[in-house]
Amino acid sequence: MTATAPQSLATLPLGDDALILSQRLGEWAGHAPVLEEEVALANIALDLLGQARALYAGLSDVLGSEDEIAYLREERAFRNCQLVEQPNGDFAHTIVRQLFFSAYQQPLYARLAPVLPLAAKAVRETAYHRDHAEQWTVRLGDGTEESHARTQRAADALWRYTDELFEPIEGLEVEWQELAEEWKADIREVFGRAGLTVPQGPGKDAWAAGAGRQGLHTEPFGRLLAEMQHLHRSHPGATW
Amino acid sequence: MSADWPLWEVFVRSRRGLSHTHAGSLHAPDAQMALRNARDLFTRRSEGVSLWVVPSSEITASSPDEKDPFFEPAADKAYRHPTFYEVPEGVRNL
Amino acid sequence: MTSVTSPPRGGTAGAEAHGGPGAAEPGGPEAEGALQEAFDAAVAADERIEPRDWMPDAYRSTLIRQIAQHAHSEIIGMQPEANWITRAPSLRRKAILMAKVQDEAGHGLYLYGAAETLGASREELLDKLHDGRQKYSSIFNYPTLTWADVGAIGWLVDGAAITNQVPLCRCSYGPYARAMVRICKEESFHQRQGYELLLALARGTEAQCAMAQDAVDRWWWPSLMMFGPPDDESAHSAQSMAWKIKRHSNDELRQRFVDICVPQAEALGLTLPDPDLRWNEERGHWDFGAIDWEEFRQVLKGNGPCNEQRLRRRRTAHENGAWVREAAAAHAAKHAARSAS
Repeated sequence: MTATAPQSLATLPLGDDALILSQRLGEWAGHAPVLEEEVALANIALDLLGQARALYAGLSDVLGSEDEIAYLREERAFRNCQLVEQPNGDFAHTIVRQLFFSAYQQPLYARLAPVLPLAAKAVRETAYHRDHAEQWTVRLGDGTEESHARTQRAADALWRYTDELFEPIEGLEVEWQELAEEWKADIREVFGRAGLTVPQGPGKDAWAAGAGRQGLHTEPFGRLLAEMQHLHRSHPGATW
Repeated sequence: MSADWPLWEVFVRSRRGLSHTHAGSLHAPDAQMALRNARDLFTRRSEGVSLWVVPSSEITASSPDEKDPFFEPAADKAYRHPTFYEVPEGVRNL
Repeated sequence: MTSVTSPPRGGTAGAEAHGGPGAAEPGGPEAEGALQEAFDAAVAADERIEPRDWMPDAYRSTLIRQIAQHAHSEIIGMQPEANWITRAPSLRRKAILMAKVQDEAGHGLYLYGAAETLGASREELLDKLHDGRQKYSSIFNYPTLTWADVGAIGWLVDGAAITNQVPLCRCSYGPYARAMVRICKEESFHQRQGYELLLALARGTEAQCAMAQDAVDRWWWPSLMMFGPPDDESAHSAQSMAWKIKRHSNDELRQRFVDICVPQAEALGLTLPDPDLRWNEERGHWDFGAIDWEEFRQVLKGNGPCNEQRLRRRRTAHENGAWVREAAAAHAAKHAARSAS
């Protein structure tokens, strides 16, 4: 359990996780498989964006305004995990990414709630994100042959980005090993209900182990940032 | 396999102390998802503290026509309504 | 689902009579006459028509067409703005834009729900949108080329939509009127955020100001076209006014909109691209120049800059989502079977 407040930059990775995943979910607008899901995905994206802004606000003494943090840092300065920057793929891919991340974020925020005011609020939001991802994982895993195959493929493809979630973040006092075990048990339980197989391969490869937290990202991330930052950077010093 | 999801009627309790009120309808594959969709659709500005979802096909209506004898007996009992009673001018809080 | 003009009858379904309007069986021409009289009297008395009431077939089909077109406009209308979500130049603007586009999906859902109370299914309405049998507002066939377009859409397009929609809150058909009340309430922020966005640009750098003016130049005339053809050419207006589906004429609403916008443009420090715009003391209104109705007809016919792109994207999203909708339905069916056994 956490005893002390996070050190100055310790919450940057959490803020970056939230911003980048929100950015990815924002790409779904107008493309969701059913209208009801447009509303649901946007809700989650908005929650995450709100979390990022609150976390950046707490870092403004060190890093500047929220927009400076989001728009003026280079790729190597971002501390988000590689999982959240992975492209949306099909709906199964997005849902599995949501499941892997929210099953990590929710218990992490629950642990940080006593020392991080944002986490106390966000833990309720993340519980909902997790529920959304679980409901869909079960339906897609159990639904049709096609949906099962797509979901299993997504799980297999994203599995290599999961170990990184439990690489300790400097300045956050969390029992990372315990968090990892809880996460694995939770994923096993959901996959069991969904009729999916928990991937057997390693949860990391030589390149991905903790790399995002060190500022090493995957290729799609550069394009995500280029799109997100282009307009802001084209008008230096402008207010919007 | 039909991909058409059934229709659900959504009822929202906007705050404690009030009844659930019909808010509208939506499509969902099952009750669990209907509840979640209802939360996202009808309470995204914190308009509710509790939700009901009911399959539209499970609702039995009083009769085809809304202006119907079914309700007429009530219409002639004006004394059930406060406006039936005359209150002397200047009397408040009644 | 049966066709629009001969809805399924009877049944017990629905507080809002979904899946069957269930109007009273007309028992011959005499009964039909009495029903028509009751309907006319209700409309004349400004009462609301509710789903299970008897209504003329033409009233029902006019409403379905109008509500569906309105719903389709909300859904297609997500695209030009969603185009900028990933590029919004500040986190605050990104959050606002995302919430706005989300609202549009929500409004589409409210409206499809209202149409469904008339015996049309959403699936069937979407099919009609996808194969071009039902239209959406032509305004969304124009592209959003710069960030300022997001502001111009909020200020002008949503402004025009609100001018059109506020009277619909008193429309004679209950579910449509109720959906519009909800939509108008939620939309009040849409126009404001657009105006505020343009104001920030107009007060910003030279480049930002030019961006704002360019957007207003491109969106002004299409916004005026949103009110539809002039009154003397409007095909459905007279009947819709009589049924109180429509409350004001196209030209009346267009004039109201122009009168509102002129001082707002002035406050922005931007000009409206119409050399003939001048105050008419006698009429007490702003006179404005001739609208290029040929452009309107062309865009309506499918020859606008984005018609093909918008519809293709909508169809693709729907087709790509088919396996997801099937999966959820299949799971629900299995689950129901499991709990039954």
